[in-house]
Amino acid sequence: MKRISSSFIIGIFLTALTFLAALISVMWTPFDPTVLDIAGRLQAPSSTHWFGTDHLGRDVLSMVMAGAQNSLAVAVIAVGIGMGVGVPLGLVAAARRGLIDEMLMRMNDLVFAFPALILAILITAVFGPGAINAIIAIGIFNIPVFARLSRGAALSLWPREYVMAARLAGKGVFRISVEHILPGITGLLIIQGTIQFSLAIIAEAGLSYVGLGAQPPDPSWGRMLFDAQTMTSFAPWLALFPGLAIAFSVLGLNLLGDGLRDVLDPRSRTRTGQVQI
Amino acid sequence: MPAPFLVATLMIKTAALILSALMLVACGQSVPKTGIVLGMQLEPPGLDPTIGAAAAIDGVVYGNIFEGLTRIIDDGSVQPALAASWTISPDGLVYVFTLQEGVRFHDGSRFDADDVIFSLTRATQPGSANAQKALFAPIKAVEVLDPLHVKVTLHHPAGDFLYNMGLGDAVIVDPQSAANNIVHPIGTGPFTFVEWRKGYAIDLVRNDDYWGNPAKSPSIRFMFIADPAAAYAALLAGDVDGFANYPAPENLPAFENDPRFDVVIGSTEGETILAINNAKAPFDNLLVRRAIAHAINRQDIIDGAMFGRGIPIGSHFSPGHSAYEDLTQFYPFDLDLARALLTEAGYPEGFSASLKLPPPSYARRGGEIIAAQLAKIGIRLTIENMEWAQWLDQVFTNKDYDLSIVSHSEPMDIGIYARPDYYFGYQSATFNAIIDALTVSNDPATRDALLRDAQRQITTDSVNGFLFQFAKMGVWDKRLKGMWRNAPIQGENLSGVYFEN
Repeated sequence: MKRISSSFIIGIFLTALTFLAALISVMWTPFDPTVLDIAGRLQAPSSTHWFGTDHLGRDVLSMVMAGAQNSLAVAVIAVGIGMGVGVPLGLVAAARRGLIDEMLMRMNDLVFAFPALILAILITAVFGPGAINAIIAIGIFNIPVFARLSRGAALSLWPREYVMAARLAGKGVFRISVEHILPGITGLLIIQGTIQFSLAIIAEAGLSYVGLGAQPPDPSWGRMLFDAQTMTSFAPWLALFPGLAIAFSVLGLNLLGDGLRDVLDPRSRTRTGQVQI
Repeated sequence: MPAPFLVATLMIKTAALILSALMLVACGQSVPKTGIVLGMQLEPPGLDPTIGAAAAIDGVVYGNIFEGLTRIIDDGSVQPALAASWTISPDGLVYVFTLQEGVRFHDGSRFDADDVIFSLTRATQPGSANAQKALFAPIKAVEVLDPLHVKVTLHHPAGDFLYNMGLGDAVIVDPQSAANNIVHPIGTGPFTFVEWRKGYAIDLVRNDDYWGNPAKSPSIRFMFIADPAAAYAALLAGDVDGFANYPAPENLPAFENDPRFDVVIGSTEGETILAINNAKAPFDNLLVRRAIAHAINRQDIIDGAMFGRGIPIGSHFSPGHSAYEDLTQFYPFDLDLARALLTEAGYPEGFSASLKLPPPSYARRGGEIIAAQLAKIGIRLTIENMEWAQWLDQVFTNKDYDLSIVSHSEPMDIGIYARPDYYFGYQSATFNAIIDALTVSNDPATRDALLRDAQRQITTDSVNGFLFQFAKMGVWDKRLKGMWRNAPIQGENLSGVYFEN
C-alpha cells in the first residue's frame, strides 16, 4: 500500500498539464500564435480570446501553448544532453578512478564554477541567439550535474556484494557499470532529471527574456514577459499568463521531483517510512 | 528554514520601497523644485560632439555646454550664437563673422577668433575625427581679421552653410581643453559640466558668467535609464522630472490621464526606415524593392510598434519641412501588385532573407510586423535581434545584412543617399547630380525644388522601405516649463527651462 502525498499529485497534475498543452499546440491552437491582427490588439481576456491578445494582436492563450512546446523541447533536449554526456563520464570516473577520475572531475569543476546562466549567455553571445544555441548552452551546464551525481552514486555501489560478485565472475568494469551500477542509480537520475528539467525551463525563459532564446516569431514565455513589462499597467494579462505558465510548470516539476524522491530514493524511504513498494 | 525568512525579508523590503516611493512623490509635490532632473534612455559614449555621431552626445551638451557660431532653435531656424552677426559676399563664397564680445570658456580662458580658426581647422584637416566631415567640405580657408572677426572662404556657394555651422558637430572648442572634452567638456554655454557618473548621471550647473541670457534653472541632471519599464517607474516616483524623448509610447495614455504630467507630442527629424541592402541580390533588383514597398502597411506598423504615434512617410524627409513631398501613396499597399512584381523579378515563390534589428522597441516590434507583412508575398524573413554595438559593426559598418529597421535621427540627412560607401549600397548618378546641385545652391526656391526632386528620386528607386517619422514624445512634470515640443536637431537647449512652483 502506497501513501502518496498530495503535493506529488499536484506535481503530476501540473506537469501533465504543461506537457498536454505542448502536445496539443503541436496540432492545434485556438488561433495561429504567429499571425498578427493589429486592429484587434490589446484585447482583455474574453470568451473569444481566453487570455486576451498582445500588443500585436496575437492570441495569448495560443502563444502560451506554443511557448510550452518551445520550453519543453528546449528542456527535454538540454537535459538529454546533460544526462547523455554526464552520466557516462561519471560512470567512467567511478569505474576507473585515479588520473582519469581526477581529470574528468576537475574539468567538471571548471564548468560548474561558472554561474549557469552566465555560461549560457556567453555561449549564445558567441554563437548567436536562437533556440538551438540555447539548448546547447543549457545542455552543457547540465553535464557536470549528472557527472557528479552518477559518479558519487556509482562509487557507493562499487563496494556492494553483488558488484563484487560480478567482478569475481570476471566481468569488465564497463560491463559492470552498464549492467549493475547504472540500474542502481536510475532512480536518483530520474529525480535529478526532474529538478534539472525545471531549472532548464527557467534558464530558457531567462535567455529568451534577454533576447538570446527562441527568436520571433516563435513564441516563448521569456520573451512574452519581456514584451509585456512596459504594458503591465494597462494590460496585466500579457505578463500574468506567461508568468503563471512558468511558475506552474516549474512548481509542478519540483513537486513531481520531490514526490519521485519519496517513491524512488531508498534512503528517504527508510528514513520516513512513508512509502512501501 | 531560510525560505519563509527570505520571503518575509523580501516583503518587508518591498513594503519599504513602496513607502519610500510614496514619500518621494509626496515630497515632490510639497517642496518647491529648482534643479531639473531629466531622463535619457541612451547614455552618450563620450561628451565631445565634434568627434562622435551619437545623438545622445548632442542631447546632453548641445546648446547647454557647447555653442557654435550659429545656433538652431526649436522651430528649426538659424539664429546668431557665438557669431553676433555676419556678412555674405554676393557670390556666396565669403562669410565674415563678427564674434560676440566678452565670452569666456568655462575654464576662464577668453573666446576669440583663434578658437574659431582652431575649431574649424580641426574639423577640416586631413585625419579629422569629426563624424560629419561633409559639413565642412565647402570650406576653403579660414583666417583671422582681428580678434573679433573671422573670414571663411568657401570652394563653392553652400546654401546650408550657416545651418551646418549651428549643428553639434561644428561647436567651438578651446585649443587648451579640446583633447579632454570627451570626458570633461569645456565650452561657452549657459551650463558648466560638473560630473559624469558613468551608467548613472551627468550633472551640469548654471554658468553664472554666461555672456547671454543666463539659464533659468540652477542645475540640470541627466539620468540614464535604459529600460523603458524603469523609465515609467522613475517618472511616477518623481526620481526624474521628465523625459524629452520618452522611450515607451504604450505608457503615454497613463501619463495623459495623470494630472501631474504634461505629455507633449511633437515631430523629430527621425525617419524610420526599413533599410534595404541595395548592393546585395535579390535586393539589387528594383522590382523586388518595389514589391516590398507595396507589401508594407505603414499604419499597422505605426499602430503596432508605436501605439499610433508617428506620421507615415513615403520618402526620407521630414513632413514638417517646407520642401516636404507627400509620397506615401507612391506605392499603395497592394499585395497582388507586390506578388506580381516579385514574379516579374523572377521570384514567384518568394525568397528567404534576414532582418537584423537593433534594440529599440520600434525596431523589435516593427520587425515582427514587417516579417509578418512580407511573409504574405512570400518573402520569408529570419529575425536576428542584436545589440547596438553588433548592429553598428555588422549592418552599418560592414554592410553584412539584407534588411534592417532603424530611425535616422540626423536633421536634413537626405544627402546620405549620395554617399558612395553608405550601408544602403545605393548608387545613382541622377540622385548624386541633384545633391551636387543642392550643395552649391543658395536660392531657397531652387533648394526646395531640388529637395523635392531628391525625395522623388529615392522613392522612385525604392531604395528603402520608408515607414514613419518618429514622434518626439515628451513627458514631464506639469510645473516644468520651456521644454521643446519639436526636435529639429538632436540636442535641446535647456537654458530656458525652469520650474514654475
